[in-house]
This record gives sequence, structure tokens and C-alpha cells, in this order.
Amino acid sequence: MNIRLIKDKLAGSTMLILTLASVFLAILVGWGLYYKSLPLLEENSVWDLLSSSVWKPSKGEFGFFAFIMGTLWVTGIAIVIALPLCLLCAIFISEYAHPRLRKIVVPVVDLLSGIPPVVFGVWGVLFVVPLIEDYIAPVFVDYPMGYSVLAGGIVLGVMIFPLIISLLLEVFSAVPKEMRDASLSMGATQWQTVKFVLLRKSKPGIIVSVVLAVSRAFGETIAVLMVCGSVIMVPGSVFDPGYPLPALIANNYGEMLSAPEYESALLFAAFLLFVIIFLFNAISRIVLGRIKRKIE
Amino acid sequence: MTFETPHISVQNLNLYYGANHALKNINIDIPNKKVTSFIGPSGCGKTTLLKTFNRLHDSSLEVRVEGKVLLDGENIYDKNAEVTSIRKKMGLLSQRPFPLPMSIYDNIAYGPRIHGERDRHKLDEIVERHLKDVALWPEVKDRLKSPASRLSIGQQQRLCLARGLAVNPEIILGDEPTSALDPKSTQKIEELFIELKEKYTIVLVTHILRQARRVSDYVAFINNGEIIEFAPTEELLLNPKQKLTQEYVKGFVS
Repeated sequence: MNIRLIKDKLAGSTMLILTLASVFLAILVGWGLYYKSLPLLEENSVWDLLSSSVWKPSKGEFGFFAFIMGTLWVTGIAIVIALPLCLLCAIFISEYAHPRLRKIVVPVVDLLSGIPPVVFGVWGVLFVVPLIEDYIAPVFVDYPMGYSVLAGGIVLGVMIFPLIISLLLEVFSAVPKEMRDASLSMGATQWQTVKFVLLRKSKPGIIVSVVLAVSRAFGETIAVLMVCGSVIMVPGSVFDPGYPLPALIANNYGEMLSAPEYESALLFAAFLLFVIIFLFNAISRIVLGRIKRKIE
Repeated sequence: MTFETPHISVQNLNLYYGANHALKNINIDIPNKKVTSFIGPSGCGKTTLLKTFNRLHDSSLEVRVEGKVLLDGENIYDKNAEVTSIRKKMGLLSQRPFPLPMSIYDNIAYGPRIHGERDRHKLDEIVERHLKDVALWPEVKDRLKSPASRLSIGQQQRLCLARGLAVNPEIILGDEPTSALDPKSTQKIEELFIELKEKYTIVLVTHILRQARRVSDYVAFINNGEIIEFAPTEELLLNPKQKLTQEYVKGFVS
């Protein structure tokens, strides 16, 4: 056989193997976590684990509800803060900014993603927590506390800024210039063109960006851990402290002594994170398909 | 060549893409309610010239324009000129159809809506009238709510024409509007142009000399950013005066 045909076959099969390997790795991680949490699952029903918020490892009581809610609160707040700001920012950069300004701003935004999470955590402790404690929370609650899911959400929101912005810029650049021109040539203003054409056309891409950002935010550990209080309770408002799942694992894994059930519980927490992210991705894929069909 | 009341009058127009001098001292009068075609080799600046008429270069900031483009006697490059009302006067047809990401109905209603029309009955009427103008109504009247992207490419181009007409322009700008279409759809668009020149001034960029001959009253030959010759269609295509024009249309005449 011709040598270049052999090379072609070889390249194709190598890439296939690598692709399969990465898929296999994901399955392996999920299965490994599940396997490790089996001891816990044998003792307790899944429903009890998920719905209870009693956490007493010494007595063998493991309820994850508070941690799950902590994760959802922090991530939810982060997205609610970050998405509108990032949308406006990305629209400005892609549609309004002078090319020269764009060339300066984009790398600076990317630079933000290079800052280590722990630095964001320190910023949260030094700036965000006091800000909430002294100025924001007193307006709404009687016993203001800076360490809260709001602090975690703000820090996390700022951390996912660069990711969302660069994804959105990518999404916007995929909208053909001629489509904008079509709108402009009918006498639409730039803002009308953005609202009715750009955002409409970009809707699937915006959803994908949010999904990726949420998946990333779910797992963010150290910066959130530093500012959200690590109190085991179901947050009732944004000013309550919380205890997200990644913080639970990071704080306790390694110090759980030799209690096998405790280790199992922490790995079940990791398994939960894995499942939440998986479900979230799956659901958003379905939603995305629907939207795509509708606007095309 | 001059006209008594040109619809568009270009005076000493120069355009630069960065350091590239793309349009050189252009002077041309576009006659009212006639079809004027720009012909010339690829990259000669004919599309660039067309786009100066509705200031679509505004969004590319590397572009610098000097000189005047008078629309009904008013300079559209004047500092105080309001660009959206200028663009509203001109419908644009691009090389490939770009339907907006919405239904057939909403595509046509888009223009009137952005200019403030909210009355459903009026919108219904506008949509129907303009779809009839482009002979698309019988083909789509039962699926106005379906996405415009599901139409064939020829239908999409007629939809884009109707969409442009829905804001009541005075001028139609066509940038090689049939280059992506099959012969049958091309013929339909050409027939529409001949019909529409009763009511509109039409400016067409084309690389098909036969098309220029079929639809236009006047032809301008552009080469390397300059207007070489501007004359009535038959005269320019069959009996060109300039040497460059002669060379360009040579294949056509023989």
C-alpha cells in the first residue's frame, strides 16, 4: 500500500483512540466516585442523603441538602451578576468599540482569567466581605455578616467574567456582518440591530456560554471557600452564609481520620457535583436544540 | 454625463482603506428612476462605491471618506446628516441573501417595526403588499410564520428585496444580487428590477455584462478605483470610447 495512505489510516485511528480515551476517562471518573461512595449509599437512602441537612460525621449522619443549596445559591448569584454585565461588555467590545480600543481591552480581559483563584479569594476577604458587612447588608438585615453566599457569588461572578466575555465575543463574531448590514440598511439604529438581530441570532451561543460558565462555576473551590462563611445551613437569603460542595470536600478531605464512611461521604459530594454538572449540560443541550430549530 | 435632476450626485469622492486609495476622485450622477449598472473587474471598487451611498462603511472604522455624495441635493456625509434616515431611503440587496433570523412575516415587518409601526392590520397589509411586489406571496402565504431560512435561496433573495421595499425606499442598491442564484431565480430578479424602475431608482453592481445590458439604462465602467466611462447601456457596451472599456467589453461585443 502507498505510504501516504498508511499515514492517513494511522492518523485517523490514532485520533479515534485518543478521542475514545478521553470519553472513557470521563466515564471512569464518574464510576470511580460512585464506587467510592457505595459504602455510604448502602447505609443510607439517596433521598435521605439529598434531603437532610444534618451533618454530624461523628454520629454517622450525613445530609447534603445544605451543601447542595449552598452551591446553587453561590453559582446562581454569580451568573445573575455576571451575565448581564458580560453581555453589555461583549456587545460594546464587538459592536461599538473602536478597533484600537478593542485591541487593548480584549487582552486585559483575558489577563483577568490568568489571576490565580486564591488572589480573588483574598480580594473577596479584603474588599467584598467588608463592603457587604458595612454597607450593603445593614440596609436589608438586622445582624449583617460579610461572609455570605452573596460574597461568594460576587467573587465567583468576577472570576467567570473573562470566560463569559471571550465566549460571547466568539459567538458574536460568528454572526455574519451582512446580517447586521441588512438591518442597518433599513435604517435601524445600532442598538436595534443588536437587540433584534445580533442577540436573537446569538441566543443558542449565549446559552452555551452560560452553560460552560456555570459548569466552571460549580466547581470553583478556593476563592468561594474563603468568603462564603462555611457554615452548614441552608441559606435563606443572599446575606446568609453558605457551604458549597467543593468547599466541603476541600476543607475536610485528608482530615477525616480513618472513618471510612466519612471518606465515602466526601466522595459522594464529589459524585454529586459530577452528576449536577452532567445533568445541567444534558438539559441545556435539549433546550438548545429546541431554540435552534425555532430561530433558524 | 449629467442629468437635470440626478437622484444621487457623487462629487470628488475619495475613499481610503487605511493606506489603500480605493476610490479615486469619483464624480458621477445617478439618474432618477432608471437602472444604472456598475461594471468592472473584481476589486475595482464598484461595490465600495455602492456602499458609500448608504454609508455602510461607517461600521468599518479603518475607512476614510472624502468628498460629497448628494442625495436629493443633500450631502449624506455632512456632519449633521442623520444616517438612519439616509439608509431608510435605500433598500440593499447583497450578493447572497441574508434573511434575518426570524419568520418570513417578521422579516418583512422588521423595517416598519423599527420605525415605529405597531398596528397589526397595517403590518399585515404591508407584508402582503410587498410579498406580492416580489411575486413571492403565492409561494409563502400559507407559511408566513415559518423561519425565513427554510426558503430556497432564490426565494430568500426575493424576500430580502421585499424586506427592503417595506421601509418605502426611493432607491434600490443591488450588490451583484444574482451572483448566488440559479438562472431561473436570476431571471425573476431581473424582471423585478425592470418592473421596479417605474417607482425606484436602481443602482446595480454586476459582473455579468449581459445582465447589465438586459436591465440597465446606463452603465459605468470602473477600473482600479476610477470611473473610466459612463454612458447609456448600448453605447458603452457596443461602442465604447475609452481604450480600457474597449478591452473589458471586447469579449462581449464579438
